[in-house]
Amino acid sequence: MARMTSTRRKIITTAVAWAIGLVIFFPIFWTILTSFKTEAQAINDPPLFFNFDWTLENYISVQERSDYLRFLWNSVAIAGGSTLLGTLIAIPAAWSMAFVPSVRTKDILLWMLSTKMLPAVGVLYPISLIFVQFNLLDTKLGLIVVLMLINLPIIVWMLYTYFREIPGEILEAARMDGAKLRQELFYVLTPMAIPGIASTLLLNFILAWNEAFWTLNLTAAKAAPLTAFIASYSSPEGLFFAKLSAASTMAIAPILILGWFSQKQLVRGLTFGAVK
Amino acid sequence: MGQIELKQVTKSFGNTQVIPPLDLTIHEGEFTVFVGPSGCGKSTLLRLIAGLEDISSGHIEIDGTDATSLVPAKRGLAMVFQSYALYPHMSVRKNIAFPLKMAKMDQAEIDKRVNAAAEVLNLKDYIDRRPGQLSGGQRQRVAIGRAIVREPSAFLFDEPLSNLDAALRVGMRLEISELHKRLKTTMVYVTHDQVEAMTMADKIVVLQAGVIEQIGSPLELYRTPRNVFVAGFIGSPKMNLITGEEAAKYDAHTIGVRPEHIDVVDGEGEWNGTVGVAEHLGSDTFFHIHNTGLGEMLTVRAIGDVSLKHGDKIGLNPRKNEMHRFDAAGLRIA
Repeated sequence: MARMTSTRRKIITTAVAWAIGLVIFFPIFWTILTSFKTEAQAINDPPLFFNFDWTLENYISVQERSDYLRFLWNSVAIAGGSTLLGTLIAIPAAWSMAFVPSVRTKDILLWMLSTKMLPAVGVLYPISLIFVQFNLLDTKLGLIVVLMLINLPIIVWMLYTYFREIPGEILEAARMDGAKLRQELFYVLTPMAIPGIASTLLLNFILAWNEAFWTLNLTAAKAAPLTAFIASYSSPEGLFFAKLSAASTMAIAPILILGWFSQKQLVRGLTFGAVK
Repeated sequence: MGQIELKQVTKSFGNTQVIPPLDLTIHEGEFTVFVGPSGCGKSTLLRLIAGLEDISSGHIEIDGTDATSLVPAKRGLAMVFQSYALYPHMSVRKNIAFPLKMAKMDQAEIDKRVNAAAEVLNLKDYIDRRPGQLSGGQRQRVAIGRAIVREPSAFLFDEPLSNLDAALRVGMRLEISELHKRLKTTMVYVTHDQVEAMTMADKIVVLQAGVIEQIGSPLELYRTPRNVFVAGFIGSPKMNLITGEEAAKYDAHTIGVRPEHIDVVDGEGEWNGTVGVAEHLGSDTFFHIHNTGLGEMLTVRAIGDVSLKHGDKIGLNPRKNEMHRFDAAGLRIA
């Protein structure tokens, strides 16, 4: 009896998990599928699933019209730069909050998170002014700094959670062994927190990669990343679905591949400490 | 090298004073054990000496120089933690070499010392393994190895054996004692286990609520406990402490008799009762005796296997010359 219920429960949960997975994945699947259709087939009613003439012409014309590699490089530089810079700042911050907490640590953490509650558009004007003032408009450096600041609370929070799992005695042992703060962070804490740091890096890279508000508003041509690349194919009339889909597929492909290869690491990092 | 002096040291966490002003001298080469119940401040005291906690007031001197404001690494002390605190991502070799690497020692010298330590501690076969692949006893030896390679002026041990099973604990106890005999370096050892304290220490410091109750050699504490607390804490099984009328007969508020100082007699004795639980260990038998009219349950240790069982009547004679007397304040009456 017990076995019956547990088998049935397993079947149900598996089915539900697959259903949720498919629902989440469907838009991506549809985008990729549409990218291989002609513009006419893309808006065909009823929608075509596999019974259409597969074509690569959208990819060719997208590449002809805009230089994909330049956008790709900008995305890599901006997402990578902001993630690395954020991590460099967040490791010492999370260390101090996890291992030498003060009475205000919890408040600081919450306050940091509260900055995420502010709608981005609320600070668009001041940030734009700062960018104009410092000649940062349409520069990679400007975006790296802004995206780093936006994701910093998340990086600090994630690292803080991982660091809390590391026994303080090990860091004390390092201190007894003569490690200076820098060595303690470099030789002991960081290597021990690698799974957590890796998933933090990855998640923030994805967040920065997909960030569209700031990248669209603060760039024009020089520093525009793949989000701007996609946006340039969306027309108000919505007549170029196939090309838009091709551009989107090209924009998400790198991150999708990265995510695919690091999913094990990502899952392990995100559930780190949740399961003993 | 290796004299540690605490002068009027105090420690408070917020408004709670966990160590009231305390003076203590740990002499060079001595094996000193801090013992006391949980929360008595013994670990805090060790961490103050290590420099892992800042003292609230007072001074700590190590080898005659003021170490009060020195960071842990500058105090020349090595510590072995209860959880071993090994670096899980490093091999045994790298764990042991870590303090030497931090001291920027020459690689050839590091190798020499690590190999010597591994030899002494029987770690040669595991030298390239990670801590996760070792047993508890082996991990503890790695932790000790990491401490000895530095050739510190003193070792600090924070309940190093409490995560080991009973058999291993006895073995490691001997190894640490032998290490001390060989190195002759000052060792400060924290434990809540009075058996560890009795078997290993040159000098025992009994602590309660941050206050030193007594300092002395194991046998001094056993023979002449300064107060009721020490009397009850040192010795296993616990000393029988009797108050009231019976104590008044001896001009005391409390009298104490150790279980091994009460003789089981045939027929009626000075004290009489019924056997509750009898614990037969073969070499000894421990009787827990009820209905003695003394107000307390008595514990009696009889040599060998004495065949009395639950519910039997028993007659007992305490040895008067081994009796301890305490006044109303709990202090020993000479």
